[in-house]
Amino acid sequence: MKQIIEKHPVAIRWFHWLNFPLLAIMIWSGLLIYWAHDVYRIGWADQTLLHFFPDSFYKALKIPFRLAEGMSLHFVGMWLFLLNGFLYVLYTIFSGEWRYLLPNKHSFREAWQVTLYDLGISKIHPPKRKFNGAQQIAYTAVILMGIGSVLTGWAIYKPIQLRWLCSLLGGYASARWLHFALTMGYVLFFIIHLIQVIRAGWNKFQAMITGFEIKQTAK
Amino acid sequence: MEDKEPLPTEEVSDQTIRRRTFLAFTVFTLAGVGSAGLWQIFKNLPKNKNRLSTPIRKVLGFNEQVNTLLFSEKHLAPTYPVAAAGRAPRVNGKVGLAAQDFDPETWQLQVNTPHKALTKFITLSAIKQLPKTELVVDFKCIEGWNQIVHYGGVTFADFLKFYQLGTLSGKLLALNQPADWYAYVGLETPDRQYYVGLDMPSVLHPQTLLCYEINGEALPLKHGAPLRLIIPTKYGVKSLKRIGTIFFSETPPRDYWHEQGYVYDAAL
Repeated sequence: MKQIIEKHPVAIRWFHWLNFPLLAIMIWSGLLIYWAHDVYRIGWADQTLLHFFPDSFYKALKIPFRLAEGMSLHFVGMWLFLLNGFLYVLYTIFSGEWRYLLPNKHSFREAWQVTLYDLGISKIHPPKRKFNGAQQIAYTAVILMGIGSVLTGWAIYKPIQLRWLCSLLGGYASARWLHFALTMGYVLFFIIHLIQVIRAGWNKFQAMITGFEIKQTAK
Repeated sequence: MEDKEPLPTEEVSDQTIRRRTFLAFTVFTLAGVGSAGLWQIFKNLPKNKNRLSTPIRKVLGFNEQVNTLLFSEKHLAPTYPVAAAGRAPRVNGKVGLAAQDFDPETWQLQVNTPHKALTKFITLSAIKQLPKTELVVDFKCIEGWNQIVHYGGVTFADFLKFYQLGTLSGKLLALNQPADWYAYVGLETPDRQYYVGLDMPSVLHPQTLLCYEINGEALPLKHGAPLRLIIPTKYGVKSLKRIGTIFFSETPPRDYWHEQGYVYDAAL
């Protein structure tokens, strides 16, 4: 006999895993579109530290000259990405899952301590809750980013018909930049998420598939 | 930090854990393999003549329907002070402008109403006599760049009304009688190498221009002299340079970039 902890509801697991290929399709088709006018960089004046993206990167992924294909894929995939995200948010609201996910007034201090612990600077163990402060902030932020991607996306998709939205986001060029920056944010989130999943170990990873964690006997 | 554990825990046998784990991983694997398979099928669907598969075209068609719901002739592209216009408007695309023997001096606009076998030839000086509209708008290229440019010309709606064109009945075009409009307008360069199809509501939008001036000067050849289209409610691909022929149609006219796999309406 073992003790198990029911952790992730089945709906959340489906939303989570469905989002993976959907976001991948959106980022991939986005790259095909972005290539046609790839102006963003990290730098100042005429000093460029990093250009998004080097030609070798495009060539390796066979990205050049596929704008039409990218646009068609992006404007089909957007519906699925939107629907999955929308249903996820709806589900967290009506199931009460939002209680675990929304940061509260303690989350930020806790997130700082978790960060120090994860970096090996502090010895204070993060709380054994479903999601600690750092997770609450990260998972809520990524949902807000998703909403941001939809809004900035609409603003550059229909800048005339949705002119109010485009103006709200600082105009066409600004909305396009925000749309791109959010995507870079997902990539960053994904890298950290992957590292943290590996660090957390198999038990926590498999819980996103099975829904339950096997309780460790007291150490 | 306190350790709270509000999550439900239960005692279960190892067998139950094994069974639930096996089941979950089976579903997970099947869903993963299934998704990968679906993606392969989707990617390898036969392409139509316009370079996209039928399901993709169907969704893009649905998106166009959504846009017709959003579209209003009252939704104007933002306009700017003349000083905001870029000094050197970017030149992009030469298709349809290659003819060496093209003479803008002898050019005339040809307007065809095929169903009535009606053809009109109109000179530039006649077009310049119509009320002039100046427009400083943000030109948006489908590649992703944008540039504020100052255009001058006659609105397409003014042009159609003056020459009493664009209606099925042959009567004067009325903005409140869409049933009498031809559904589409086609434009082609004189050499017929570049061509666009436009829906009539967008053509009648108050910012759609037959343009003969750019940044206060006569349109240069590279920007489509003597007469080009400027349609700010659509991507630049629709703003055809060097108009040779305008014609009216009840079905979507052929469209150069649509044939290359782009969305037909290119609406913003």
